Amino acid sequence: MPGPFIDDAQIAHARTLAEEIVNPIFDLIRRNTTVSIERTVLRFFGISGAGARGVPLANLMVDKLKAAGVLNRGAAYWYGRALHLGAKSPLEAVERLTALPTDKLGPLSPEVEQNLRAEVRAEARSALEDMKSRLAARDALRQQFPMSPAPHKYVIVATGNIYDDVDQARAAAQAGADVIAVIRSTAQSLLDYVPHGATTEGYGGTYATQENFRIMREALDEESIKLKRYIQLTNYSSGLCMSEIAFCAAYEKLDMLLNDAMYGILFRDINMRRTFIDQYFSRRICALAGIIINTGEDNYITTADAFDAAHTVIASQFINECFAKRAGLKDWQLGIGHSYEIDPYRDDTLLLELSQAMLVRRCFPDAPLKYMPPTKHKETDIFFSHAYDVMADLVAIWTKQGIQLLGMMTEAMHTPLLADRFVALKSANYIHRAARGIDEEFTVREDGKIANRAREVFGQAMKLLQECRDEGMVAAIGKGHFGDVKREETGGKGLDGVMEKAPDYFNPFLEILEAT
Amino acid sequence: MVKPSKQIIRPYGDRRDDGVVQLSFTLPVPLSEKAKEAAAVFTKKMGFSDVKVAAAERAADNYTFFIVYARSGMYLDYAEIDVPEVVVKKMSFDDLNAFIKEKVGRRIVVFGACTGTDTHTVGIDAILNMKGYAGDYGLERYPGFEAFNLGSQVPNEDLIKKALAKNADAILVSQVVTQRDVHKDNSRHFIDAAKAAGIHGKVQLLLGGPRVDHKLALELGFDAGFGPGTKPSDVANYIVHALLKKEGKEPKDAHYQGEPT
Repeated sequence: MPGPFIDDAQIAHARTLAEEIVNPIFDLIRRNTTVSIERTVLRFFGISGAGARGVPLANLMVDKLKAAGVLNRGAAYWYGRALHLGAKSPLEAVERLTALPTDKLGPLSPEVEQNLRAEVRAEARSALEDMKSRLAARDALRQQFPMSPAPHKYVIVATGNIYDDVDQARAAAQAGADVIAVIRSTAQSLLDYVPHGATTEGYGGTYATQENFRIMREALDEESIKLKRYIQLTNYSSGLCMSEIAFCAAYEKLDMLLNDAMYGILFRDINMRRTFIDQYFSRRICALAGIIINTGEDNYITTADAFDAAHTVIASQFINECFAKRAGLKDWQLGIGHSYEIDPYRDDTLLLELSQAMLVRRCFPDAPLKYMPPTKHKETDIFFSHAYDVMADLVAIWTKQGIQLLGMMTEAMHTPLLADRFVALKSANYIHRAARGIDEEFTVREDGKIANRAREVFGQAMKLLQECRDEGMVAAIGKGHFGDVKREETGGKGLDGVMEKAPDYFNPFLEILEAT
Repeated sequence: MVKPSKQIIRPYGDRRDDGVVQLSFTLPVPLSEKAKEAAAVFTKKMGFSDVKVAAAERAADNYTFFIVYARSGMYLDYAEIDVPEVVVKKMSFDDLNAFIKEKVGRRIVVFGACTGTDTHTVGIDAILNMKGYAGDYGLERYPGFEAFNLGSQVPNEDLIKKALAKNADAILVSQVVTQRDVHKDNSRHFIDAAKAAGIHGKVQLLLGGPRVDHKLALELGFDAGFGPGTKPSDVANYIVHALLKKEGKEPKDAHYQGEPT
């Protein structure tokens, strides 16, 4: 790779700082659970249906347990109690349970309690085994039909109708796409439930539902076999249902998820505690399922200036990496996000963008990295726009990005036309083919613009990490250090869904996932 | 006024009046000679002549992408094109921020909430939150605005009190639930509360929601109304112009692109 730019010891120090920043947040994560985590537990047990008016059963059950004030012992525990009541359905069992007077909801005899937990634990184990065997089928298909070499070309479909999305995704795969992302309906991240079933109406995207995941994965499996090239599928594990989406994605054999430890706080005004707690369980599921996460640091420089805020991206990446590693994710699963967003009318932008991408590569040598295209300064002159995207293609191959979201020449105009994806894929293929190995051919001078800029950005990132360590993450976010957005610990959406675990809190999935 | 003389123009390719136009489109058929001919026929059907299908590319198994050059026989009299020049173009994110800095000279304070019993924050979030809506950034992202989104189920009086404490320039009320016209009742109540607080006619009061239009908002006593499809940039542009009009920095009858009508 071009240039070390930075001493290894400096990079190791950045990781130590990130650990010290993240450590105190793990007290919060260990002490608390959320409604979304408890719903995920129920979904693991197979409670994936919906009741009247499409309300997911997992929501109905968790809401009832929360209203009865007993959810802090864990939905898994009440699932076990419900099984003993001989109800016809889990929901009916919960209804019966919560109808009992409070004094009847206390612990059973120690022996019965112990047996109940053992039974539920065994069921949890078999649920996880079931999931693993589904994932093994995915991995076998991946082995049988290897993917193209990186950067994996990632494109988006966003029709609002899952069946139209399938047509567009198949066409994109046939044109050379390696990864298909189905954009979610506007503001789905603010829903405190996962909608149910196949959906055909969305705004600016298609609802993420378990059934929509299944439909799309099935279509892409067919395409993979036909094209003899495995096509990956990704969606969004962000917002108020991070871990439920992670479960649905794992169960339906998705390959990647957008999943960021702080994105919801900063850009969706979701409560800080809620996000930190939810991201952990969601990432535990991703770790088990071999899902590659994509972090969202590229968003920082759509709000703040890409030149001035470059160091916030680096600092956040170290923090995101630390959260991810603590949740059991391996380097190969870290699609650390960054992007090509410096105002194209500045001088030296290719050098500056190369510097930043090389710096990210230098800091995270074993992670696939996820490179995002220009969006903020896009113009409706599609010809200029196309040339601008091609520069990002060049930086992506030069810095060995694992995943590259391709820019669309009609960015800033409309959701991509079928032909826009084709044009983007054709030129990305050309640039990747033309410049593969360029990093081996050119050494970047240590005293030049690229290296100096990388050192300057890294130095600022270290300062920011030190500040976050000294003042704490909460204060740092409160001061607007990331993306110029300020958030308070008790502000934002979803705080009422956070609760302290009871001393006898029970979550066998967390136990098993943490033990593996 | 002297009527301007005729000024006949046509597209300019590489010489005057050649009428050359470039087109690109996709047809839902596999690439073949027949597909290329279909692209030529389609272009001729649109009224073009000298059709050259420059490129026919397999965009996918069943889709072909074409780039076509052709001549148009159409012409127009440029002198007859009538666009009222007083219309100010809607400003982009960067331009509007620069404009606020120059003309207003401070950050514009905006408060918003779903008031009353309404719990649906989708609309107010789309307008105010960083992320915005459909790629159009929310007001929080504009350096020129200081935006406060108070969320849902906010009592009208609370919204007004908090907005007053920060000397708000504009208050946005979002109303999504419309059963039994509850949005109208609550909106009237908001206006009564605004009058009682003495801010009616002083602070910009804006109403938004899927069943809201500008006319309804005016009837209810608001300064403007924004219905479905409104982008944050529409609201941002409106607030800036309305503020400049109020401060006498822009003529009262100035019109601009995208204003609520």
